[in-house]
Parts: sequence; structure tokens; C-alpha cells
Amino acid sequence: MSAALLFVQLLNGLQYGVLLFLLAAGLTLVFGIMSFVNLAHGSLYMVGAYAAALTYGATGSFALAVLAAMVTALVVGLLLELTIVSRLYRRDHLDHVLATFGLVMFFNELVRLVWGPQPLFVQVPEVLAGTVQLFGFNYPSYRFAIIAVGLLVAVGSYGLIHKTRVGMLIRAGAQNPQLVGALGVNIGLLNAMLFGVGAMLAGLAGAMAGPLLSVQSGMGEPVLITTLVVIVVGGIGSVNGALYAALIVGVVDTLGRVLLPLALRQVAERSVADAAGPALASMLVYLLMAVVLALRPHGLFPARRS
Amino acid sequence: MNRNTLRATALAALLATSALAAQATTIGLMAPLSGPQALVGQDQVDGFMLAVEQLGGKLGGQATSILKEDDQLKPEVGQQIVRKLIDKDKVDAIVGLSFSNVLMGSLPRLAESGVVAIATNAGPSPIAGAQCKPNVFSMAWQNDGAAEAMGKFAQDRGIKRVYLMAPNYQAGKDMLAGFKRYYKGEVVDEVYTQVNQPDYSAEIAQLQSAKPDALFVFYPGGMGINFVKQMSQAGLSGKLPLYSVFTVDGTTLPSLGETAAGAIGAAMYDASLDTPENRKFVTAFEAKYKRTPSLYAAAGFDAANVLDLGLRKAGGDPKKLAAAVKTAGGEFKSVRGPFKFGANNMPVQNYYAFETVRVGSKVATKQIGMPLAAHADSYAALCKLP
Repeated sequence: MSAALLFVQLLNGLQYGVLLFLLAAGLTLVFGIMSFVNLAHGSLYMVGAYAAALTYGATGSFALAVLAAMVTALVVGLLLELTIVSRLYRRDHLDHVLATFGLVMFFNELVRLVWGPQPLFVQVPEVLAGTVQLFGFNYPSYRFAIIAVGLLVAVGSYGLIHKTRVGMLIRAGAQNPQLVGALGVNIGLLNAMLFGVGAMLAGLAGAMAGPLLSVQSGMGEPVLITTLVVIVVGGIGSVNGALYAALIVGVVDTLGRVLLPLALRQVAERSVADAAGPALASMLVYLLMAVVLALRPHGLFPARRS
Repeated sequence: MNRNTLRATALAALLATSALAAQATTIGLMAPLSGPQALVGQDQVDGFMLAVEQLGGKLGGQATSILKEDDQLKPEVGQQIVRKLIDKDKVDAIVGLSFSNVLMGSLPRLAESGVVAIATNAGPSPIAGAQCKPNVFSMAWQNDGAAEAMGKFAQDRGIKRVYLMAPNYQAGKDMLAGFKRYYKGEVVDEVYTQVNQPDYSAEIAQLQSAKPDALFVFYPGGMGINFVKQMSQAGLSGKLPLYSVFTVDGTTLPSLGETAAGAIGAAMYDASLDTPENRKFVTAFEAKYKRTPSLYAAAGFDAANVLDLGLRKAGGDPKKLAAAVKTAGGEFKSVRGPFKFGANNMPVQNYYAFETVRVGSKVATKQIGMPLAAHADSYAALCKLP
């Protein structure tokens, strides 16, 4: 493989990584601070994608669509927190899984009832519809936009968590939520806010993914599974960890898909390599997770616990 | 009239209606109606129901009740449904039967029962070959047919170097094998991706560096929407000819819009096909459902009409129905043009090439060729049916 192609593939990995980060940031905070397993995070991503697709279709403005996606996901997230999630914090993880899995089915069926099984059509915004020439490769401008948005959110969340009072509380909450509550911080409000922000970022991810992927019922589940891998690899509760892990997972998955079948062809017969390559590549991120769990059970970049 | 006579009359009337009801035809209609492929299932059901409606709610001249079932694209669910339809509901025929894996799962019970089964979405190679059954038909295609037509089309166009892509499962391998059966040029590379993979950026970069003359893909449903959109965003549409099967079709085109412009696909049917039967069908379908029928809808519509003719021919004798359906296949007017069942109960039909073209701000499909005429599949020789 040429150096140029490798560079383009790294860029693809980076782009996939930042999209994963948008989802992982919210999920890891909710999981780390409230110890709440939220399988419905993928549904919030779908809510964002639908809100964006419908707004974009109605107004023709992609900026409005992204805004609508974030606001809708935020509102839906807060409603979920108030009505269902906040009642479950004290229950054990199995109850969380049962309740949020129920929500996943509810949202998928709701979307299918209202908008039907036909995926919605989302065009890339005109400004970003072109391609950029990179060493002889056409690289879609829109994917650069995703990278930019993702990195912006990463910088923003770093600032929020490390430079503000709320961020301090979040970090404190990740280490010892009981003590933070005992010190008189309204932990209920903090939880609701975090859940809302996580939902908003998931909505943003959904809006950004809309022009690339088919916007349809059930679109959240496959990406949620990879997101869970990201937060486990990164260390639960750590936003920095989520960023690094998302990038690692993005690059490993992308390069694995490309290089593994090629590498297998060197050692095995063509037909065997063609069959085994994609199968092994799809396992790669899970293998990575298993190795990380074996060597560093708290993840690669854990939120420091005393 | 005294009270007893009144009661007796009422009872007689009741018995008469129930006797009539017992004579009426019952058809099981099974398709994936939930999950990512629900659209494909819904089209088959809608096509079938449209034909039943046009026939006045009757099949074979008898009042007909249709039992709709959702197999969820799960072979074990499909098996249960088929067992229930045969044993409990005592259906006269089962239509639909979902994807190849679901059909294969139900095959033993279908074969044993002898109940006529008409698949509207599958024609797996085992059933076309050694495991063919006298009562199991495909109203859709033998699975390889469209890919073979696309291979022939690429060959006829004199394409020198082709790049092949499909998801890594049986149907993906069958499609690429079908393409290569008729395409004799150079295959630059053959890439299998994960099933339901959402993002193809890495594969598209590899594709660009290989610089083929054309690309052939099989990406059904949401996979196709993702792939074609992303290929277009990478600036490849228009530059790299895209040949596909079951990727750009009536179900995905509304979600693809102009990103699919220029794509060429092979199929046994498209709504743009210019036959008198099809023009009538498309008008009626659009009026009823407010959308354009796909090839799946056409298969469902045809299945109802074949069944109608078959039931008439059998004259109420369930033992004669399979043979009657087979004859009916060659006599009824299919919306796709000439049609008959081959010796192995698979379609013998034309495969057309369709191009997606811009019409104003929208896209439409246009027939641009017929690579394979009256095409029978390559497995028929393995089938030992009389």
C-alpha cells in the first residue's frame, strides 16, 4: 500500500473515531458518574438523525438541522432522565439494562410507526458536497467537516471539564459521587444536566452521520455496541479516555478492515483469506477490548480513582 | 312462524354460512414485516393484496382469507409460522416465504406437507438444484439470475477490468460467482465487507487506488444506501461506472435520490418496464399506496395472479394445485413480460438492465438493455423433478 493511501485510510479512521467520540463522551459520563448503563443512548443518536433529516428536508438549512437535532435530543434526553432514568439510579445494572433496552425497542417501533420503514433521504449540504484532492485521492469535504466538529467538541469538553466549576464537580462525581452529594452539591441536578449534555452530543452525532448513513429505525444499535467498546477501552467515566479510545478504535477498525484481508492473502489461499479477512477484521476491536481488559482492567486512561 | 321454526331457520342459515366459510380459500402470506428489511416485506404484501383486491377479494373464484405473518427475517420464527399455517390454519397455499435463509429453514415441513409454496423473494441454489420440490415455486428469481445478467452486460459492453464488492455472507458470494459466470474480463479485486457495515470510507479509498474500469456491487437495503451515498460523496459517481444488483431498486431509490444517478442495475422487473400489464399495475399500485412499486411488489402481485389461475385450474382439488400452478405460470400475464416456471419450478424470465437517470430535479429508472432473455438458471440440471 502506498504512503498516500495509508494517509487517506488514517484520515478515515480519524473521522470514524471522532464520530464515535461524540457518542462515547456522553455515555462514559453517565456510566462513570451515575453508574447507569444506558443502552438507549443509540436511540438518542437516532432521534438526532431524524430531527436533522426532517428539519433539513423542511428548511433546506443544514445548520438549522444540526441545531434542531441537538435541541430535540437534549429535550428527549431530559424527559427520559426526569421520568424514567432518575428512578433507576439506585437499582442495579440489570434493571438499567432491562429498562433502557425496553426504551430502545420503544423508540425503534415509534419511529417505524410514524415515518415508516423507508430510510429518510439526507443530502450532504451543498457547501460541503465537493471533494478535496489528496495525493491523487478524492476525499469528501463533508468528512473533513465531521473531523472538525468532533475535534471542536473534544476541545470544548476538555475546557468544560478541566477549567470550570461544573467540570470540577463532574470530575469529583466520577471519583466519588457519594462524597460529592454529602458535601451539599445537588447531585440530582448534576446528573440530569450530564444526561442532557450526553443526549445532546448523541443527537449531534446523529445529525452529522445523517448524510453518510441511511437514517432509519434501528440505526443506533450497531454504533452503540462499538461505543461501549470505546468507553471500556478508554476507562469508564473519563472523557479524555473516551477521546483517545475512540480514535484508537476508529483507526484500528479502519486499518484492520483494509490490511487484514491483504495480510491474510500473503499467508493463506485467496478464497480462505477472502472469507476469513472480513470476519477477523470485525472482531478486531473486540479483541482490542479483551486485551485492554486483561492488562488494564480500568481502561487505558481511567478517571483517577483514589 | 313459531319460535322453533325461527330458531331452526337461523341455525340452518348459520350452518350454511359456516359451510361456505369452510369451502373458502385460505392463503398464508409470510414476509419480514419488522426490522431493517421490513420495506422489502411490505412491498410483497402490498403487491399481493392489490392483486387480491383487483380480483374482488377472491382467488380462484372463491372468497379468500389471507393470513399475514411476520417472520422477522428469522429462520426459527419462519419455521414456526409455516408449521402453524399448515397444521392449525390448514392453508391452501403459502406465499412470500421471506429471504433464502428463512425459506431454507421451512423447506422440510413444506416438502413433507405438499402444500403449495410460492416464494416472492428467494430462489436459493439448493432449491433450484438437487433439493427442488414439486410444490415449492419461486415467483421472484433464482438468486444468481440478476448478477449473471449484470456480468453479461459488463461483458457485452467490453469492460476490461472490474472491481467486485459484496457483504461477507452466502448471498454475497453467490452474487459475485453469478457475475463471474458471464463476465470473462479481468477481476481486479474481490472485496467482502462485514454484513450491515455502515461505513465504507476505507473500502472506497482502496477502490480508488485500484483504478478499475467499472465496479460491481451487491449491497441490499440500508447497506446499499450507505455505500452508494458515500461513493457519490467521494466524487466517484459519473466517473466510475457502477453496476449493481438489489442495491439501487424501487425500495432504496427514494432514499438515494440523485446520488444514484448513472447507476446501472440488472433485475427481472422495474416499474419503468414498458408492458401494458405493467403500466396498469404501476398506476393501480401508485394510486393505492402513494409510492412506486419495486420488484418485490411485482413478485407479490404476480404470485397472487398465478395462484388465482392455478386454483381455477385445480378446481378445488388440493392434490392438483401444484401441477396447476406450474401450468398457470406459463399462461398468466406477468407484469415483467414473458414468464414461465422451469422444470425446477424456478422462473424462466428476461433480465433487463436499468439505468438511473436524472429527470429534472428527480431521478427515474430507464430500461437500457436486456442482457439475458428467457433465462433459466444453471442449477436446473441437478433437479430430478419430472
